[in-house]
Amino acid sequence: MAPPPRVAVLGAGHVGPVIARLALGAGYPVAIAGRGDPADIALIAELVIPGARPQWAADAVADADIVVLAIPLRRFAEVDPGLLSGRLVVDAMNYWPASDGVLDAFEQGASSEIVARRLAGAAVVKALNHIGYHELEDRARPPGAKDRRAAGIAGDDPAAVAAIADMVDRLGYDPVRLESLRAGRVLQPGGPVFGAVLSRAEFELAVREEARSLA
Amino acid sequence: MTYTFGLDTFGDRNGDGDGVPLSHAQTIRNVVEEGVFAEQVGLDFFGIGEHHTDFFPMPAGDLVLAAIAARTQKIRLGSAVTVLSSDDPVRVFQRYSTLDAISGGRAEVIIGRGSSTESFPLFGYDLADYEELFEEKSALFAELLKGGPVTWAGKTRASLLNQDVVPHTESGPFPAWIGVGGNPESVVRAARLGFSLMLAIIGGRPARFAAYSQLFRRALDKFGRPELPVGVHSPGHVAATDEQAKAEFWPRWRDLVTLVADERGFAIPTEESFDWDTGPDGSLYVGSPETVARKIAANLRVLQATRFDLKYGMPGLTHDQLMTNIELYGTQVVPRVRELIA
Repeated sequence: MAPPPRVAVLGAGHVGPVIARLALGAGYPVAIAGRGDPADIALIAELVIPGARPQWAADAVADADIVVLAIPLRRFAEVDPGLLSGRLVVDAMNYWPASDGVLDAFEQGASSEIVARRLAGAAVVKALNHIGYHELEDRARPPGAKDRRAAGIAGDDPAAVAAIADMVDRLGYDPVRLESLRAGRVLQPGGPVFGAVLSRAEFELAVREEARSLA
Repeated sequence: MTYTFGLDTFGDRNGDGDGVPLSHAQTIRNVVEEGVFAEQVGLDFFGIGEHHTDFFPMPAGDLVLAAIAARTQKIRLGSAVTVLSSDDPVRVFQRYSTLDAISGGRAEVIIGRGSSTESFPLFGYDLADYEELFEEKSALFAELLKGGPVTWAGKTRASLLNQDVVPHTESGPFPAWIGVGGNPESVVRAARLGFSLMLAIIGGRPARFAAYSQLFRRALDKFGRPELPVGVHSPGHVAATDEQAKAEFWPRWRDLVTLVADERGFAIPTEESFDWDTGPDGSLYVGSPETVARKIAANLRVLQATRFDLKYGMPGLTHDQLMTNIELYGTQVVPRVRELIA
């Protein structure tokens, strides 16, 4: 059996440690990077994300098969696109002016599409952004569990989407694939599934109803 | 181990019992009565959280605390929280050192970044500066608390050169906490700057914060600081029975969360999610005195915390319902928690 993909989580704030813990629990090797020196987050890694390796962002990315962006979107401008070139990148960020302020770069269009344009050399998949960090861990369930919930996955590269669907499944959610990164707009703040924790049937219904109302 | 127990309010606008909201002014006068009553039922702390909305009309909690101070002798009084990012640390220090003077040394401050962010546009701050504002201002506030002349330079306010900031406190720094909502980097910051840690737990399983408590202690050690307390702030409502408490609280909770869900990214509560939140694993303390006491005792133990502040009230609950909640919390819940954790 192939070894599990190596995951690098960029961001040690609200969201990053939650995703890192879920990934560790699912058997992935996980590296985590904060804003700078890994020594600054060594204690956080040891106590809050036991098993994760704190690294400089560049080192974490260099060794990773999957890179999860879990930083505030306003700090995305600090990310070097060259670093992520050729990588499979999960965009778990949100553009949420009510909570984070207005960002001029994200006023025109959908946040993940803008992220993907800037990371032109990477395969960007939108996922793990629409379930709150308070709930993401508590609501994770193994495949087949009666109360399992759904999580949306959107991207333009079918192989990348399949890889992330597999990861989301292992992390504890029923993966619902959307047909393109653009279709992933339904996962954004203000969309029908943002902040909601839904079963697959409820999720698919909410997405269909949204599509109908826009048609 | 010394445990302390408090109540927090956001100035939740009272209802009249028939669905009509009371005025902002009457709600504020009621908060004064509630604070005075909190002392009468033996509580250790009464806190007021800064908010700027029609359902939480409470932007100047320090004034309300001063009114309570004038009518009480023992209870400690503080903010819960002060949104320091959109305030001036010098003025916050001055307001609370004044409260400390009025109350004879009973002031406390809990500062926070603000998970409700309505104060940013109101006072002309940019949410994009959220992190820098809090980092700089909390560091300055830590300097001000020491009490000596302050020298400080930064980007978010005018620099200070050997500045004496008055009024001086009579007996050293008043207790100061940082309220943290789930960001481990904020936990480390509290330790680095020497603030006590107040865990604001308003969703999910409280037990997942146990790692934060350990992180705080290890970080204090790393920064060479003495041990400092860990507290818990969570919402709840106490009534004679579980059924009554849930029946009173549920519609108010549902309406409030629904109202702020878009802005805060909360899921709309259902009766099923409410049952989970108010059950043994959730973070709402809603029920009879026995139910609430057991849950508080269990979580203080799991979280290695020595302070519990119940955020009581919810927009639309009546002043009478809040007074009953305060009475039951002070006379039954807290004594029972002390018994359970002894």
